[in-house]
Amino acid sequence: MTPLIWLVIAPLLGALAVLVVPARRMPAVALGAAAATLGAALALAAQVAGLGPRTVLLGGWTPPLGIVLKADGLGTAFAVMAALVMSGVALAARHELAPDKAGARAAYGFWPLMLLVWAALNTVFVSRDLFNLYVGLELLSLAAVALVALAGSREALAAAMRYLLFALTGSLLYLAGVVLTYSAHGTLDMAMLLARVPATGDGVALGLMTAGLMAKTALFPFHVWLPPAHAAAPAPASAMLSALVPKASLVILLRVWFEAMPDAAGDAALLVMAGLGAVAVIWGGVQALVQRKIKLVIAYSTVAQLGYFIIAFPLTGGDSAVKPWSAGAWTGMVFLALSHGLAKSAMFLVAGIWYSACGAQELRDLKGLARALPMSAFAFALAAVTLAGLPPSGGFTGKYLMMQAAFVAGLWPFALVMVAGGLLAAAYLYRPLAALFAKDEAISCAPVSRVRQAVPLALAAAAIILGVLSAEPFSFIKIGKPDAAVEGL
Amino acid sequence: MNAFLPVLILMTSLLPAGVIFFIPQASHTLRNTINIGAAVAKLALVAWMLLAVAGGASYESVLPLAPGLVLLLRVDALALLFISLSATLWLLTTIYAIFYLGNKAELSRFFGFFSLCVAATTGLALSGSLISFFLFFELLTLSTWPLVAHKQDQASLAAARQYLMFALPASASLLWAIIWLESYTGPVLFTDPPDLSGIEPWKLRTIFALFIAGVGAKAALVPLHGWLPSAMAAPAPVSALLHAVAVVKAGAFGVVRVVFDVFGASDMQALGVDVPLALLASFTILWGSWRALDQGEVKKRLAFSTVSQVSYIVLGAALAGPLAMVGALAHLVHQGLMKITLFFCAGIYDERAGVKKIEGLNGLGQAMPWTSVCFSLGALGMIGLPPLAGFVSKVYLGLGAIEVGAPWVVAVLIASTLLNAAYFLPLVYRLWFLPLGEGVEVSAQAESGAIGLIAPAVVTAAASLGVGLLAASAVSPLGWASLIVARGYLE
Repeated sequence: MTPLIWLVIAPLLGALAVLVVPARRMPAVALGAAAATLGAALALAAQVAGLGPRTVLLGGWTPPLGIVLKADGLGTAFAVMAALVMSGVALAARHELAPDKAGARAAYGFWPLMLLVWAALNTVFVSRDLFNLYVGLELLSLAAVALVALAGSREALAAAMRYLLFALTGSLLYLAGVVLTYSAHGTLDMAMLLARVPATGDGVALGLMTAGLMAKTALFPFHVWLPPAHAAAPAPASAMLSALVPKASLVILLRVWFEAMPDAAGDAALLVMAGLGAVAVIWGGVQALVQRKIKLVIAYSTVAQLGYFIIAFPLTGGDSAVKPWSAGAWTGMVFLALSHGLAKSAMFLVAGIWYSACGAQELRDLKGLARALPMSAFAFALAAVTLAGLPPSGGFTGKYLMMQAAFVAGLWPFALVMVAGGLLAAAYLYRPLAALFAKDEAISCAPVSRVRQAVPLALAAAAIILGVLSAEPFSFIKIGKPDAAVEGL
Repeated sequence: MNAFLPVLILMTSLLPAGVIFFIPQASHTLRNTINIGAAVAKLALVAWMLLAVAGGASYESVLPLAPGLVLLLRVDALALLFISLSATLWLLTTIYAIFYLGNKAELSRFFGFFSLCVAATTGLALSGSLISFFLFFELLTLSTWPLVAHKQDQASLAAARQYLMFALPASASLLWAIIWLESYTGPVLFTDPPDLSGIEPWKLRTIFALFIAGVGAKAALVPLHGWLPSAMAAPAPVSALLHAVAVVKAGAFGVVRVVFDVFGASDMQALGVDVPLALLASFTILWGSWRALDQGEVKKRLAFSTVSQVSYIVLGAALAGPLAMVGALAHLVHQGLMKITLFFCAGIYDERAGVKKIEGLNGLGQAMPWTSVCFSLGALGMIGLPPLAGFVSKVYLGLGAIEVGAPWVVAVLIASTLLNAAYFLPLVYRLWFLPLGEGVEVSAQAESGAIGLIAPAVVTAAASLGVGLLAASAVSPLGWASLIVARGYLE
């Protein structure tokens, strides 16, 4: 079987396997499944880089009868990023969610849910069928809601409930859009939709799907569920909720807007999307600036960062689609999304270490931790460099490409928002960094092994490396993207 | 080989940084060996390259990132001027820092960021394109923050915070300027100044202002200078590095690059932005000196002096005549040598005699003769007393101003010299002609145990005398600056 199939099946089999083995063997089995999935993702990336997009027809049936799985540069890049983050999460969870620490419920609930989330993510990354994507998204949302509820506290349950309501509403809206599309065109396959005869209802269908996906991605103004949910979950769960889960609905959003119905996406609609993104960048940044809890700062930062992705819409779609800057804006956005995933997971894992080893939850509790746990503090600082979009990180590369496109496209106000967002990020991340660096002799932390601190450091470093070695990822992301202008500026 | 050498020079500071972070605090020998070894290796490479470039060789390395984001490292004569300065002073400051910090806490963190800071400065000097320059400019911002905050007390953290509050918006301004300009011209390489003819003048003027604001915060141009005096809270070797080679020099170097390699002297004059820049620099020169007068702390007085002195370089660039340019480039080195001497000495006074305030300097000349001689040489050089380094810079700037028809600049130079004398001479006077303050006890061994601190200061003090005495020779900074200008800086 090909790596493309294994990418989806390995975590699914793992999720089933951890349920049947004795409880004390769960982490080992889960780590085995994680290794297999990571291997599949890397093998797939090697194939895609060497041979171009990979396709599998499930059961040998061609669309519209059968379902097609297709791995292009975009989907594979996300799958590799997810595999790196998930492997880090799994290593961290062995300690953070050990039964004696987190309680039996969280300890045993975590592993199958984590693997389910992973299977759902990979399904979304390689699917090209609107209904198939819906199934993946549904599985993802349900597993994610359960992860939020894992802690079992009142707060966690309330946050999970709110998340569930948003996610279900989002699902309904998305499904309504899918139904409209199906009734108008008789197919849900993206390649066939691209070649469809446009119908009058397309705009409505696209609008419904977009609203649903925005609710699931927590794009402004549907973001209110995200901060409490991400803050309430155990840290390794928060890491994947913040770094990966929104990326799935984002990828669907990208595919619907730019691969299935690029014609239905008018310039005004693209600008409205980007406008919402701009508000999200500023609003999320300001909210992050006034939070007292570390995890809430990190969570609001996600709200802000998600805004950047939709700012790219008018730069790469609509009239811009055939312009030379389109490729730069598109790739820049994907760079931002990938480095955000790596950096954000590093931050949540570090926050988890600080909480479990030192009991630090609020910013003021961080005093003296740079001395007590230098590696984790350094990991946080590196991740902050990425999120603030400072060179030489992947976050900088992404922002630079998008700002360049915004200028050339004559949409410079969006470049201004990106600069302001970067300064806001520097400001809200400076607060925890300054606290970490302050002196406090009284701090007492349980010992944390170097390996445990090395996991977030490696993830944060990966986000930096993405910027330093950006030439290969740049061309990789564009593999299989049917661009009018692929050369870039 | 020619593509390899610039990368190798960068790596002589970048690799040690990566290693030093992970050396245990107690392994002094290992850490010091790596520090000194890397600094010596770099100096040797730079010396080799100096000979080659003087003979006409050129070096270039290209590391393509994403499209439009090309990291270009290139050795030209101007780059070498800056690298030679930083390589020499890095070695001396490392020796000084090893002895200054002794057995204090967090040495590996300190020296790791110290090396990273030097790597950033090196990369900045070698940058052959605007975007490479920006990358290293930012690396410099980030790697100096932990150095300024190193003591981790309230004052240091406040200073470090203030530093970022100036530096990050400035970087945003610089990035904005770069992207805006490059949206018309494509990637800007320093070897191949962009064609600006198709861009509306008001846009070019705005872009120029954004550039100057971006690099000006690091160069401590008024009103963006506020962070520099506060950054005195850092340990003395950091102040020495910040004031002589790293941050403020990076800003001044950036002004030179923007004026000559991005806009070009003639375009700058055609746009009419040269006079405002010269006025801003002149104002900074006078304002910094004026504020230095009433500073009671030695290091604060030195800091305001830096605000003033670094703008000589900006002034020379704004005048854009050949002689003024020679003076500015020579001053890039001269100011570094003199100011690092002064900061080395200020650190010794603080560390060995507990003296921070200028009153404490009274009578120290007798007790600490080596330090005081070095300090006096640095101070007199700053005033511009012949034959010290500062004199050479000022003469060339003055002649350059007359050459381009801006005689008012001479008045600024004279006023500044008077102010320099007014704030430096009292210090020299206190050292040598006033009795030791009452109740002040300086141990007779104040200097004998501090050879590792005094030797670097003696070397830099001797150098600031030497570059003045030997200014006429081809290997002096002035000689090299003339070579840079003669090689077609001002066509």
